[in-house]
Amino acid sequence: MTEKEQALAELEKIRSEALAVLADVADEEGLEAWRVAHLGRNSPVMGVFSGMGKLDKELRPLMGKAANEVRQTLEEALAEKRELLETAALQNMLTTEKLDVTLPGRPVDRGRLHPLTKVLRRVTRIFGDMGFQVYRSPEVETDDYNFTYLNMPPYHPARDMWDTFYTKRDGVLLRTHTSPGQIRVMRERAPEPIRAILPGATMRYEQLSARSEIEFVQVEVLVIGKGVTFAELKGTLDDFARRLFGEDARTRLRPSHFPFTEPSAEMDVGCFVCGGEGCPVCKETGWLEILGCGMVHPVVLQYGGYDPEVYSGFAAGMGIDRSTLMRYRIDDIRHFRNNDIRFLRQF
Amino acid sequence: MKVPITWLNDYVDIADLNLEELAKKMTLVGLEVEEIRLVGMPMPPGEKHEFKYAGLSWPEDKFVVAQVDEVMPHPNADRLVLCRLNDGNEEIIVLTGAPNLFEYLGKGPLDKPLKVAYAREGAQLYDGHQPGKQLTTLKRMKIRGVESFSMICSEKELGISDEHEGVILLDDDAPTGMPLVAYMGDAVFDVDTLPNMVRDASVLGMAREIAAATGRELHYPDDSLTATGKPIQGRAAIQIEDPELNPRFVLGLIEDIKVQPSPYWVRRRLNLVGMRPINCIVDATNYVMLELGEPLHAFDYDILLNRAGGKSPTIITRTAQEGERLTTLDGVQHTLDAEMELVTDTAGALSLAGVMGGEESEVTSSTTNVLLEGASWNFINIRKTVSKLKINSEAAYRFSRGVHPALAELGVRLSLKRMAEWGEGQIAEGLIDNYPNPPADPVVELSADWVNASLGTEIEAQKIADILSRLEFTCEVESDTIRAQTPPHRLDIHEGVIGQADLLEEISRIYGFDKIPSRRLDQPLPPQSSSEELVMEDDLRDLLVNLGLQELIAYRMTSPEREARRFPPEYQAPEVDYIEIQNPISVERRVMRRSILASMLEIMEYNSSLDQRLALFEIGPVFNPVEGQQLPQEKQMLSIGLSGLRHKTTWQGGEPEVMDFYDLKGVVEGVMQGMHIAGVTFRAGEHPSLHPGKTAEILIGETVVGVMGELHPLVKANYEMEEAPVMLAELDLDAVLGAARILFDVEAVPTYPPVLEDLAVVVDEVVTAADVENVLRLGGGDYLAKVQLFDIYRGKQLGEGKKSLAFSLTYIAPDRTLTDKEVLKLRDKIIRLLDEELGASLRS
Ligand SMILES: [Zn+2]
Repeated sequence: MTEKEQALAELEKIRSEALAVLADVADEEGLEAWRVAHLGRNSPVMGVFSGMGKLDKELRPLMGKAANEVRQTLEEALAEKRELLETAALQNMLTTEKLDVTLPGRPVDRGRLHPLTKVLRRVTRIFGDMGFQVYRSPEVETDDYNFTYLNMPPYHPARDMWDTFYTKRDGVLLRTHTSPGQIRVMRERAPEPIRAILPGATMRYEQLSARSEIEFVQVEVLVIGKGVTFAELKGTLDDFARRLFGEDARTRLRPSHFPFTEPSAEMDVGCFVCGGEGCPVCKETGWLEILGCGMVHPVVLQYGGYDPEVYSGFAAGMGIDRSTLMRYRIDDIRHFRNNDIRFLRQF
Repeated sequence: MKVPITWLNDYVDIADLNLEELAKKMTLVGLEVEEIRLVGMPMPPGEKHEFKYAGLSWPEDKFVVAQVDEVMPHPNADRLVLCRLNDGNEEIIVLTGAPNLFEYLGKGPLDKPLKVAYAREGAQLYDGHQPGKQLTTLKRMKIRGVESFSMICSEKELGISDEHEGVILLDDDAPTGMPLVAYMGDAVFDVDTLPNMVRDASVLGMAREIAAATGRELHYPDDSLTATGKPIQGRAAIQIEDPELNPRFVLGLIEDIKVQPSPYWVRRRLNLVGMRPINCIVDATNYVMLELGEPLHAFDYDILLNRAGGKSPTIITRTAQEGERLTTLDGVQHTLDAEMELVTDTAGALSLAGVMGGEESEVTSSTTNVLLEGASWNFINIRKTVSKLKINSEAAYRFSRGVHPALAELGVRLSLKRMAEWGEGQIAEGLIDNYPNPPADPVVELSADWVNASLGTEIEAQKIADILSRLEFTCEVESDTIRAQTPPHRLDIHEGVIGQADLLEEISRIYGFDKIPSRRLDQPLPPQSSSEELVMEDDLRDLLVNLGLQELIAYRMTSPEREARRFPPEYQAPEVDYIEIQNPISVERRVMRRSILASMLEIMEYNSSLDQRLALFEIGPVFNPVEGQQLPQEKQMLSIGLSGLRHKTTWQGGEPEVMDFYDLKGVVEGVMQGMHIAGVTFRAGEHPSLHPGKTAEILIGETVVGVMGELHPLVKANYEMEEAPVMLAELDLDAVLGAARILFDVEAVPTYPPVLEDLAVVVDEVVTAADVENVLRLGGGDYLAKVQLFDIYRGKQLGEGKKSLAFSLTYIAPDRTLTDKEVLKLRDKIIRLLDEELGASLRS
C-alpha cells in the first residue's frame, strides 16, 4: 500500500466511523458531544489537517482536498441529523402534550343589562330609526295629567280601568300608565309635529302574583301632525311588530276602548312561540296581545294645546314586562323586580 | 257579561253561524269573547279553535226530551222512586231520588205527563253528587235490586247551573223524543264589555252589534201590552225634585199577580247568565234588565198604599238628608249624605236610587199588586254613591255608566208584559211618565272626505250612512255630507268635533279595522333634537356593564322602616318627608323610596349567599317631596354595590381574594374616565351607612357628587349577609352626567421615547397618596406624563408613623428625547418640593 493509499484509507475510516457513531446519536446533547468529538479541534479529521506537514509535498494538495471533503460531509451529516432530531422532538411534543379541553374556562366576570332594559332598548331603537325621540315624564303624577287631561274627568267610569295608587297628597297619584307624558310632550312641543316615545315605570294597584305586578315598565308612542291617519297608525305599528317579532309576524287590530283615543284598538301579534297553532303562551288562541292604540281623542289634543280641527294623531302604549315575559317565556313576572342573581345572569 | 246565544238569536238571526265564526265577528267589533261555555251544543268543527271552550255537549242520541207518565215506589228504598218514562222510542223504567218527583208518587198514571231531560246509557254528564264539575258516564248497574242505566237529569248534571235539589221539569210544550240539544242546547259567551259600551251590557245591545257587523236585521222584542186592569192614572204620582239627577221616572202597575216560578225556559236563561231565578215578578225585572240594559224596580203596591195611609202613593225622588238612614234589601243599613239620590214616598225613603231597593217595600211571596219603576239617573251621582257606600249591584253597574232615559219606558212595558205572561196578572192601563230632562241625542255632521282623510280609506258617503244606520243612527246624506242623529239608546255620542271622533270610532269598527289600509307615516319629520341626558344615561349603563356590573331594577315602593335599616341602630336619622301612598298593597310598600342605597342593600341581602361575587348597579329615581310643590323631585341616582370574591374560584384553585374599597374605587374611576369627566378627586368623608375610616366623598371640581365606602359593620348587622365586606357607592346622576364630556381632546401619541424612573418617598402616615402625587405633578410639570403608585411599605427602618410610597414616573417631551441632564433637573425639583411641602425624604 502506498503512502497515499494508506492516508486515504485512514480518512475513509475517520469518515465512516464518525457517520456510524452519528447514526446512533439520539438527542441534542449527544449531537453536541459528537460535534466536539468528530469536528472539534481535537477530532481525527482536524488531526489530519494538523498532521499535513508530515506528508509528502506532492501529496499535500490531494490530501487537503480529501480531508476537506470528509469534514464537509460530516458537517452536512450533522446539520441533517440536527434537523431530524428537532423534527422528532417537535413531533414528540405535539403527541405528548394533551389538554382536557372539557375543563371549564376561566370565567370572565361579565356585566349585564336587566332584561327589561334589553327589551326596552330594542323597542326604542326601532322607533328611533323611524324618527321618534325619547322623552321622560314624572312617575308621580297629578290626577289631572293621569286622568282629566286624558278625557277622564273625576268620577268618569273609565277610571275604573286602572287600579290606581293614590298618595296622601291632594290630587297626586302614582301614574297608572305612561299616557300623561302625551300631554307633557304636547304642551312642550305645540304646535310642532310630534313623533315621541316615552318609556318609564308605571304603577297599578294589583295583588302581586305570577301574572300581576304593582310596578311595570311601559312605552308610550305619540304622533301628532296635520292629517295623521288611522292607516298610518296601522302601518307604523305593523312595521314595529315585524321588527320586534320577526319579518313574518302577523298582526291584527281589535276594537277596544281607551278614553284618550278614538277609535281605540288593541293590537295582537300572531303567537311567535307556536306560529299561531295555539300553545300555553298564547292560551291556545294563536294571538298575543301586545299593545293598545288609537287616534288621539280631540279632548286630549285640546288639553295638549293642539286644535283638533287642524291636528290629529295617534298614540300607542305597550307593556315591556309583558313583552319580555313572552319573549323569553318567563313564568313569573315578579322575577323582574326580585333581582335574583340566578335569574338575571341568564341574560 | 254572560250571554246565551239562543237568547241573542231572538233579536238577530245567527243560527247559521258556528260558534267560532260568531265569536270572531263579535271580537272584531269590540265584544271580546273570553270564554265559550257549551251547554249542550257541540264543539264547532275543526281541530283548532281560537277561543277558549268549556262545558258539556249533549249528543243527540244520548240526551232527549222525555215524559214521565207515572211515578211509582221503589220496592226496596224509601228515598228512591221509579218513573215510567217514554223517551219517544220506548217505555223505560228509570230510577231516581229527585225530591221534586215525590209529590207525584202514588198518583197513578199522570193526566199531564212531566217533561224531563233524559240521558241514555253511555251519556257523559257531570256527577251530581260530586262537588264541582266531575265528568261521569252512565253505566248499567243495579241499585237496591233494580236495574239502572239511564237518568233523569238535574241542571247540575247537564251543566246548566249548580242546582241539584231536583230534576229539571221542562215546560209542558216540550216535544217528547226531541234531542235535548235541539230543544234547549245553548252556548254561553262570556263577553268583556268595554267601559264605554255599557249599551252592550244587554242581550239586545250585543245583538245590535252583531247585526251591524253582519249586516243582518235587528228584531226588537214585542212590547205591545194588553191592558186588562183599571187605568193607573190617579193611583200613583211622581215628583222629581232634581231633573239633573233624575231625568225620567216611569211607573206601571200590574194587579192580581200570582207570585210563582217563571217558566222553565226563563229560569234556565237566568241561570245561564248567572242570575238566580226567584219568582215571576223579580225574574221579569231581571230578565228585562239583561235583555234591554234597563234596570227596573218592583214595589209592593199595597205596602205603598199603606204607607200613604190608604191614599194613592206619591213617589218623590230627592237627595237624602245628611245622616238619613236606609236599610237596603241585602239587610245592610246605610247612613246617607246630602248628595245621594233616593226614591221616597211621603212616609220616607224607599230605595237608593239606581242602586238597590229598600227592605220595607220589597216584593214578597204574599205580594199581589206590583208598582213597577223604570227610571234614569245621573251616572256620576250614582258612581259617587256606589263608591262612598261601597255597595254594588247589577243595577248600579249599569246606571253608574249611563243608561239612556228612553229605555225606562220600554223597560217598564216589557217587564209588565212578562209579569202578565208568567204571573197571570192584570196590567193597569197606561203608564205614569215624568220626563223632565230628555238628553240631546246629538246630530253629528261629518263629511265622507273627512272620514276618509282620518282613516286613510275611500268609503262613500252612502256606505258611511249605511254603517251608522245599522247602529240605529238616523242618517241624512247630502252629496258628501252625512248628518247622523244619535239613536235613543246611547249617551256616549257628543256634539261637534268630539262627536265626529265618536262616529269615526263607530264607522271604523263596523267597517272593519282589517279593511283599513296599512301605510307608513307620511308626515314631515318633526324638528329633531335628542334628549341628551337619556342618551348619556344609556351610555353610562353600557359603561357599567363593561365594568362587569349587573343592572338591577328595584321597586319604587318601600317603607320608612325598610329604608331605616341602612342606618346603625343608635343613629338618629333626620326626619324626612315621604310621598305616602293612600291605599298601599301592604305597609311594606307604603311610600315612594328616598334612598337608592336602601334598595341596593335589600337586593344584596337577598343575593348574598346566591353568588360568590356580587357586582351590581341601579340607575333610577328617588322621590323627594319639595316644600311648596305638588309633585316631588324625581332625582335620578346611581348606586353601585360590590361584595364577595374579586374573581370567582376556578378548578385551578389559588387563594380567593375578597373585594375591598379599592375595587369599588376602580369601578368609580372607570365610570369617571369612561364618561370623560375631568377634575375628579376623592377625599375622606363621612356617611352614616359607611365605615368611618373607609369612606370617600367623590368630587367633580369642588362639588361633591357622591359617596362611596365600605358598609358600616353595625349596618351590616341589620342585614342577613355573608361575611365578605360590602362596598357601596351612591352618585347623583345629573351631576355626573352634567360633567360628562361627549367632546374631548385626544392627546397625541408620543413620537419620542419616554424616560422612566422610580422614586420611593418616605412620608408621615397622615400624608395621603394623593398629596404626594400632587407634589410629584407639581414638580414634574408637563413633562411628567404618568405617575403610578406601585408599592407601599412600612417598617422599622422607616421609623414609627412613617410609610414609603414607591412611584413609577414617566417623563416625556412632545418634541424631543429628554436628556439625562433634563430629567435630573426635574428630579431635583421634585425632591426639593417634596421636602418643602410634605417634609418627605427619599428612601435610600
Ligand atoms: Zn302560541
